[in-house]
Amino acid sequence: MNFETTIGLEVHVELKTNSKIFSPSPVEFGDDPNANTNVIDWGYPGVLPTTNKGVVESGIKAALALHAKVEQQTHFDRKNYFYPDNPKAYQISQSDKPLAHDGWIEVDVDGTKKKIGIAEMHIEEDAGKNTHERDYSYVDLNRQGTPLIEIVSKPEIASPDEAYAYLEALRQRIQFTGISDVKMEEGSMRVDVNISVRPVGQTEFGTKTELKNLNSFNYVRKGLAFEEQRQQRVLMSGGEIQQETRRYDEASGQTILMRVKEGSDDYRYFPEPDLPALQISDDWINDINASMPEMPGKRRDRYVNELGITDYDAMVLTQTKEMSDFFDETVALGADPKMAANYLQGDVNAFLNDKQVDLQDTDLTPANLAGMINLINDGTISTKMAKKVFKAITEGQEPKAFVEEKGLVQLSDPAQLQPIIDGVLADNQQSVEDFNNGKDRAVGFLVGQIMKQTHGKANPKVVNQLLMASLKK
Amino acid sequence: MASRIDQDQVKHVAGLAKLELKDNQVDYFTKQLDDIIGLFETLDEVKTDNIEPTSSVSDQLNVMREDVADNWGQRGALLANAPESENGYIKVPAIIDESEDE
Repeated sequence: MNFETTIGLEVHVELKTNSKIFSPSPVEFGDDPNANTNVIDWGYPGVLPTTNKGVVESGIKAALALHAKVEQQTHFDRKNYFYPDNPKAYQISQSDKPLAHDGWIEVDVDGTKKKIGIAEMHIEEDAGKNTHERDYSYVDLNRQGTPLIEIVSKPEIASPDEAYAYLEALRQRIQFTGISDVKMEEGSMRVDVNISVRPVGQTEFGTKTELKNLNSFNYVRKGLAFEEQRQQRVLMSGGEIQQETRRYDEASGQTILMRVKEGSDDYRYFPEPDLPALQISDDWINDINASMPEMPGKRRDRYVNELGITDYDAMVLTQTKEMSDFFDETVALGADPKMAANYLQGDVNAFLNDKQVDLQDTDLTPANLAGMINLINDGTISTKMAKKVFKAITEGQEPKAFVEEKGLVQLSDPAQLQPIIDGVLADNQQSVEDFNNGKDRAVGFLVGQIMKQTHGKANPKVVNQLLMASLKK
Repeated sequence: MASRIDQDQVKHVAGLAKLELKDNQVDYFTKQLDDIIGLFETLDEVKTDNIEPTSSVSDQLNVMREDVADNWGQRGALLANAPESENGYIKVPAIIDESEDE
């Protein structure tokens, strides 16, 4: 029996606004528990929420980045449920008129491009955080009221690899808008997945299961791959899929039954009476649209077609807007695009990994990287010397000044090099003879001697030219 | 006789509201809720064909504040008002809920 798989993804993105969605408390992480809370966050009787304009603006940015239609007459709804991290016993969300609907993003799976639809996206508040111990639980409401965007895909994802590609494309596009850090490891991006399989030719969807505890894109892919196989095996052996929630176990790579779902959740949504409705004007949308940065897909096309960068390199350079902007500025300052791409992916990424920092938090500047690359290209320094210069520019030093101060300038002047070469040849007659007898290895030895004499400053290209000319005399 | 809502629905709604009802209360509230729903059915007399559903009775629109953070410094007072707190956390009886995994 052949099966086809249907996957739907719900992604929560935490926005990095200054203040919360319905109260002016700061949005900050790592502060003392409950330090960033007020009476609104605690849901005290008589308090009133006020909508943060920055959150609506971020939502519109996300909608535009995902080609979605903004719902210009929109409002909030109450989603009712009891839980101690939710002090009002309801979450202010959107259900009836989500902020945007019917978007799409293009994904690339092994060179095949496909558009995956986005059903809707809405803005809502996050809940607090609970810590559980044996007899008590501890509640921190700092996260309560942090703005979230929930992005719901259409059930158009047909494989675990497509799900992975969708998440990566979504992460990049949101990251480029600057509204969120979208880091799963830090909780600013969270993923819930639904998956079902059905025999090819069956029109209705199979019964779906929901997967939890997927803490990285890789685990999403692995969890889905396991679940796809599991459901197929159940169906092939004549069994039935139950509507259930399963937990992905990172150690074993399996999904484990958590609970069976009976009926749908009963959230009793109704329009939020404490918040006036929103009417989003064309002007507002147009203004935001005009401020949107060039998206990663367009940048990749430009890098490949106009700058001659490989597809792979273009993909790496567009992981974050900061990296891509840095690359663009470095090239604009006259650096060779391929060398800039190589340095960013090689030395710069290694440096960022080593220090565990983001590019924007370092002292590296496009001007200094371009300066270093230009010094290599005009022969002032060798790529070997550039290692020292690179370390200096990571500390914010200007490369030309550093090179001059340290005397790192490469020796390229034939008038200075020729006497040194003549001296080395005079001292190593045996090698010259070996060369004349056809032993090319002798050249390497002689170059080494010249480098030693010049303390590694000789320009290898010029040395090679002069040496060969001298040997062939 | 209850006709607009039945006892199972009343028990379900009570469960959602975390209310425990005794059997005689189920009967009592089923009748009462049925009357209330009946009262609301008066609204059905209003013709609403081709009228957009109302989500708000306020004529206010687009009431928004700028995204500026302001910490009101209420932590101490709020924690003092909590039944129990410890190390800055609100302390509550251990949460055991089959519907949540963390």
